[in-house]
Amino acid sequence: MKTKGLGLRTYTIIYLIVLYAPIIILPLFAFNDATTVAFPLSGFTTKWFAEMMGDVNLRKALVNSLIVSLSTAVIATALGILAARSAVRYSWPGKGIVMGSIMVPLVLPEMIVAMSLLVLLLAMGVKLSLFTIILGHVLICMPFAVAILSSAFQSLDKSLEEAALDLGETGWSTFRLIVLPLVMPGILSSFLITFTISIDEFIIANFLGGGEPVLSVFVFTAFRFPSTVPPVLALGTMLVAFSILLLTIAEYFRRRGVAKAGGKDTGGFL
Amino acid sequence: MTTSDEKPVMIEFRDVHKYYGDYHALRGINGTIKAGEFFSLLGPSGCGKTTLLRTIAGFEDLSSGVVMIDGKSMKGVPANVRPTNMVFQSYAIFPHMSVAENVAFGLRRDPRSKAEKAAAVEEALAMVGLKGYGGRAAHALSGGQRQRVALARALILKPKVLLLDEPLSALDKKMREHMQVELIKLQRQVGITFILVTHDQEEALVMSDRIAVMFEGEIAQLADPETLYRRPNSKKVADFIGTMNFVPATITGESGGRIEVEAKGLGPVSLTADQAPPPRGEDPVIGLRPETLTLLYPGQTTEGRTVDGVIDEVIYFGDMTYYDVYLGGTDVEVRLSMRNVPGRPILDVGSKVQVAWSPDALVLFR
Repeated sequence: MKTKGLGLRTYTIIYLIVLYAPIIILPLFAFNDATTVAFPLSGFTTKWFAEMMGDVNLRKALVNSLIVSLSTAVIATALGILAARSAVRYSWPGKGIVMGSIMVPLVLPEMIVAMSLLVLLLAMGVKLSLFTIILGHVLICMPFAVAILSSAFQSLDKSLEEAALDLGETGWSTFRLIVLPLVMPGILSSFLITFTISIDEFIIANFLGGGEPVLSVFVFTAFRFPSTVPPVLALGTMLVAFSILLLTIAEYFRRRGVAKAGGKDTGGFL
Repeated sequence: MTTSDEKPVMIEFRDVHKYYGDYHALRGINGTIKAGEFFSLLGPSGCGKTTLLRTIAGFEDLSSGVVMIDGKSMKGVPANVRPTNMVFQSYAIFPHMSVAENVAFGLRRDPRSKAEKAAAVEEALAMVGLKGYGGRAAHALSGGQRQRVALARALILKPKVLLLDEPLSALDKKMREHMQVELIKLQRQVGITFILVTHDQEEALVMSDRIAVMFEGEIAQLADPETLYRRPNSKKVADFIGTMNFVPATITGESGGRIEVEAKGLGPVSLTADQAPPPRGEDPVIGLRPETLTLLYPGQTTEGRTVDGVIDEVIYFGDMTYYDVYLGGTDVEVRLSMRNVPGRPILDVGSKVQVAWSPDALVLFR
C-alpha cells in the first residue's frame, strides 16, 4: 500500500510541475533584464512592462481582443440562455436535431470551421473585420454556453415558476424575479468560459480577422522577432494575473450564490 | 363536520377530460365543491387527482369540458389571475428570498403601502405560527416550517380557494398528525374553501368535509367521510378506504326493498336496499369492517347473531389486537379488531371463539 501511495504521489507532483512550470517561467523572464529567454537570470527589471504599455500595436490588439471576447461572451451567453431554456422547459418538433447541431462545433476541427466560414463570407462579399471574428467565435462558443446553461436550468424546480405564476406574476416577471436570479451562477460561468475561449482563440481570429490583429495573432507574430519576446512575456504575465483574479471573483460569487440558495456545494471551477 | 347542502357552489367540474398524448388522464369528471368546504381528492398515485387539482389552479389545459370557479368559466383564464392559490408538494419556497419576502411575494401588485403590507405579512406569519420568522433565510427552515411559509404565502392573498397538493407527505408521522389538526383549525378560522390532494385515506377521513375517491381518471365515489367508510359504493372503494373483509355470498331473493343473501360462513341474512349499492355485474360479496365484529369472551352473551370461529392469527398493536378468524368451520377468514381494555386477555392462535356480528353493518357488492 505504501509504495502504491508513493507512486501516485510522485505522479501527481510530476503532473503538476509539467502543468504549471511553463506558467511560472512566464513571469520569471518577464522580470528578467535580458532580451534572450535563457538561464542564468541577469537581474530584475520592469522595463518590459513599460515597453509593453508603450507598444501601440499591442494596445490596439488588446483593445480588439477585448471587443471581440466581450461581444462573443455576451452574444453566446444570451443565445445560450434562450436555447437552454427552450430545450429544458419545452418540447418542440426537431428539438433533437437543432440542439445537436448547436453542439457540433465542439467536435468539428476549428480549422474546418475557420476555412468554411472564410469561403462563405468571401463568397457573400462580407468584408473581414472584428465582426466576422465575433461571428466565428460565437459559433464555437455556443456549445459551451448551452451545456453550462442547460444544467443550470435543469436544476431549477419547475414548481418555483408555477408558484410565482400562482401568486399573480406573469411569465416574464416570473422569469425576471425567480428564474434569472436562480440561474445567475450558470450565466456567470457561461460568460467567463466563453470569454476565455474567445480571448485565446487563434485559428479563426487569424483567418477571419482581415488584418485586424487580436492578442493571440499579435503574440504569435511577436515571437518571430527576439526583441519583441520579453514584452510579450510581460503581457502574458499580466494576462495570467488577470485570469486568476477573474476566476477568484467568479468563484466567490458562485459560492455566495450557492450558500444563499441553501444548496449543497458540488464544486465549481476551483 | 358541517352540513354543506345549503352552501353555495364554489367549484364545478363539467365533463372534464384531459389527454396527455394517447393517455387519458381525466375521464369525464363531474361534480361540485361547495364554498367553505374542506374537500379532498383521494386516490392511489396516477389516478389523476393532482392533474384535477392543477386544472383548478390553471396549470393544465383541459382537452374538453369546463371548470367553473364561483360561477365563472375558467376557460382561457391563466393561473396568475385565477382566484386560487396553491401549496405545492415541494412547497416551492423561493430559495433566494427571506421568509418575509416569500410571504410578501404575492403582494407585489397590491396598491397598499409598504407598512400595511409588512403588517399583513406579520399577520399571515402569526396565523401559521411563525411570528418573528420573517427575517430568516428561506433555506434555513425545517420541512414543517417551509410548509407553514407556503401556507402563509398563499393565504395572504385571501384566495377563494386554497389548493393543497399532498402538503403533508414530506413530513414525519408525528408532524403530519400535528399539521392535520392545524390545517383543520386554520380552515375553520379563515373560512376559505380548501381542496386537498392526498393518497392517504386516513388523512382524508380525518380532515375532510367531503371526499372524492378517484381511480384511473374517474371519480369513483363522492361523499362525506362517514358514508364513504360505512357505505362504500364499490368493492374497490371499500378496499381503498380502511380495512374491509369480503365474504362470498349468493343472492337468494329480492322483494319489498329487501335483499335476501346467503353469506358463506355467516348464514342467511336480510339486507336493506341502502346496504346494496347499484349492481356492477360482479360476483356478489358481503363486505364487513373489522370493528363491527366482536369476540365473545366466556360468560359474555349477545342478543345479536353469532358465529363460531377459530383464531388463525393474532396481531398485537398495543391499543388494539387484530385477530384473523376462520368462520363457522369454513375457509372464509375475516379480520376483526378488539380494543385491549383491562381484563380482556389476548387470545392464542387456535382458540375456538364465538364472533358476534350485526346484519346492519354489512354491505353487499354485486
